[in-house]
This record gives sequence, structure tokens and C-alpha cells, in this order.
Amino acid sequence: MCLAIPGCIETIDEGESALTRTARVRFGSIHKVVNLSLVPEAGVGDYVLVHVGVALQRIDALEAERVFELLDSLSMDEAEGHTR
Amino acid sequence: MKYVDEYRDAARVAELAGQIASRVTRPWTLMEVCGGQTHSILRFGLDQLLPTGVELSHGPGCPVCVTSTEAIDRAIALAGLPEVVLCTYADMLRVPGSRTDLYAARADGADVRAIYSPLEAVQIATRSPGREVVLFAVGFETTAPAHALAVLQARAARLPNFSLLASHVLVPPAIEALVSASDNRVQGFLAAGHVCAVMGTEAYEPLCRKYHVPVVVTGFEPVDILQGILQLVTQLEEGRAVVENAYARVVRAEGNPVAVQQVAEVFEVVERHWRGLGPIAESGLGLRPEFARFDAQRRFGCGSAPMREGPGQDARCIAGDVLRGVKRPPSCAAFGSACTPLSPLGAPMVSSEGACAAYFRYRRRAAPESSSGAP
Ligand code: SF4
Repeated sequence: MCLAIPGCIETIDEGESALTRTARVRFGSIHKVVNLSLVPEAGVGDYVLVHVGVALQRIDALEAERVFELLDSLSMDEAEGHTR
Repeated sequence: MKYVDEYRDAARVAELAGQIASRVTRPWTLMEVCGGQTHSILRFGLDQLLPTGVELSHGPGCPVCVTSTEAIDRAIALAGLPEVVLCTYADMLRVPGSRTDLYAARADGADVRAIYSPLEAVQIATRSPGREVVLFAVGFETTAPAHALAVLQARAARLPNFSLLASHVLVPPAIEALVSASDNRVQGFLAAGHVCAVMGTEAYEPLCRKYHVPVVVTGFEPVDILQGILQLVTQLEEGRAVVENAYARVVRAEGNPVAVQQVAEVFEVVERHWRGLGPIAESGLGLRPEFARFDAQRRFGCGSAPMREGPGQDARCIAGDVLRGVKRPPSCAAFGSACTPLSPLGAPMVSSEGACAAYFRYRRRAAPESSSGAP
């Protein structure tokens, strides 16, 4: 029940109030209606982390890249170390 | 799927495993707190990629597993009332109470419904004015905002027939209970990224300082988990103990302020009885007095029973030791024989995040499908 997965916002329905703002969110090949009230800044095209039908957080695309950059720099250091 | 597949890349996983091996000079015992991470570790065989001596102990981070017998009993009692529709997550139906479970209660005619989102319970209440809809709300900090939202929606819609049986648990107090126990062997913790996505990382700072244990917040995919382990062993090898965030694409230091504010508006911190760990002070969330009319226990008067761990658990079940990370599921005599997901003796075999279910699902095969690749 704890699962939270990333999905992409395709359309937004502003709803009656901030509590009922929703989006159609795509997860791979399936779509679900997701409540957006906890991520007021999220817009169409953003990826959000969704848990039990509620978007918990917007996914930061720049930070997502950083893990891989770090990893690549580690392996480069290592490669250099070996050739030295 | 974006933000999933690239974190399962076999070459990156192997690279990280190599980095970990090159950094470790002595044995370390680490704990992943969250059951979702336990599942990933077993599913992708990540524990088998670690150097000898680096051991993963599985933590209590499965809200379904730690929900106490008396909370289940209370839900069953409520479900038995003729006017009540009891809504909860599918995993909860098979968790044993002291005598029976919600699944059996449903077979006996109780109106028990498995929901995906707590907001569905609000919709059911809107559509069924003659019924009393009770949401059996279990979960960690990750799920509390969705439950707070359900209550706020019900209040805004002036719904008279929606209430919550609140059984939330909080992660940092449980970590403190584990790390301060006399038999604790865990030297560093992987903290659950989705809990921190909501609450932020601050709550772990005092734990790090007081017990000198490093905490690394990370996600659920193989690259996330190995990156978290790499940062943990690096801290341990260097004698450091701080909070680090290896899941920055989702976790900000301050968490999600909107969610934190809503949770604080609706809930207050209370004592909670954990299955396997017993009562822990300030380790749960209950409704604030201002929201008393949404409190199922008050509304139906089922809250006065004394807290007591029922005899419901099968004598063979060592769920308490499994949940504290002291023993692994295969050392339970009933594992895979008397106890299977189809006829579970204890909660960790029921829940899709339970450690026993994870071992049953991924470790009973003769040859693991693949140690690092992705399906
Ligand atoms: S395998 Fe079954 S009986 Fe053994 S500890 Fe796990 S849940 Fe309990």
C-alpha cells in the first residue's frame, strides 16, 4: 500500500477548490485521475510522485540527472586512476 | 517508464556495487527501514551484490505489518455494525486480528471495501447518504497527507457520514526505539524516501547526533538503494554520522510544506502500539479534538478497550523479531510451509511490503532470475 510511483501530468481539472484540483496522469501506458492539492505548483508536462491517488511531490528533473553525473564522475576518476 | 527504467540499468547497478566493494574495509550492518525497499532489494537481488560482511537487516517499515491486533479488532467490530461501510487498503483484509480478519468479516456479511485511494471513501460517503463510511486509515507519514485531505474534503462538503479510524505510525520514533534497544546491531539506516518526500529530513538530525548513526535518505529503485548504501558505508568508514539525501529528485530538506501543514492541521502526535515493537511514545497520529466529529472511535464508542496485544498471533510466528530486523523470515519454522501468502500466519506474510512475503516471492526460486537487470 506504500507504493508511490512517478507519472506525467497530461491535463489539469481545476476543480471546485484547491482541495479538489485533479489531473489526468500517465504512468507508462495507463492513466489515472490524481489529486493535485499538495502540489499547487505542478503543471502540465511535470512529473509527480503519486501515492494512493494523491500527488505528493513534483519530481525535480535536474536533481534526477545529478545522481548519474556523480556516478559517471566516480567511474571516470577510477578509469584515470588505473591508467596512471 | 521515465524515472524508473534508468534507475534499473544493469551497468550502473554493477558500477555502484563495485564502488561499494572498493570502499568497504570491515563488516557493517545496515537497515533499510521501509518494506518497499526490502522488496526491491530481494526482487533485484541487491543484497547479493554487496561485499561479504555488509549485511542488510530489514526494518519495520510496513504499516500493514505493524498495525496492532487491537486496531484490527476495532476495525472488525466497526465493520460489523449494520450501518457501516468500512473502507481500507486491500492488504489490510487478511491481517490477523485476535480472532479473525476483515476478509472473514466480509464473508460473514460485513460491508468491507478495498479502496485504492482514501478519496474514494469520501466519494462513497457522498453517494451513500444513508450509510456511515469509516476509513480505516493506516500508513506512515507518506499516507497521512492523503488521509488529512480526505478529512478536509469531507469537512468542506459538510459530509455527516464520513469518519476515520486513525491508525497512523511515524518512522523516526520507531528508528529510535530500534537503535536504543540493548540488542541493536544496526550501524546505519537507509531512510524511506517517500516518508521524507512529505516530512523532509530534519527529524533524523537529532537521531544521528544522539546515537552517532548515519542516515541516508533514498528511493526504491536499484540505483537509488545502492547509491544510498554507498553513501552509508562511506560515512561509516570515515567515522561520520550525518543525514544525507540520495533522493534529491523527490526529497527536499523541508519536505512538502503544503502536506506538512495539512497533516498538522488535522492530526496530532499520539502514542501508538506497534505489532512486534509494543507501545512507542509519540509514534502515531490521531485526529485533533477540532476534528472529533470525524473520529470513528468517538462516534461509535469503540475506543475504550484497554491496549493489549491479543493472543491472535500463531505461536510459531516470529513476526516481532522479523519486524525488528533481529531475524530473517527463512529462520521462521513456519516460513513457506505452514505460512504462505495464501494462508498467512502473520502480518509480514500478508502485506505486499512485508519481509516474509518478499522472501517468499523472490527467494524460494532455485535460481534468482537476475541479480541486477530489470524486467
Ligand atoms: S513466515 Fe509467517 S509465521 Fe513466520 S514470521 Fe513470517 S509471518 Fe510469521
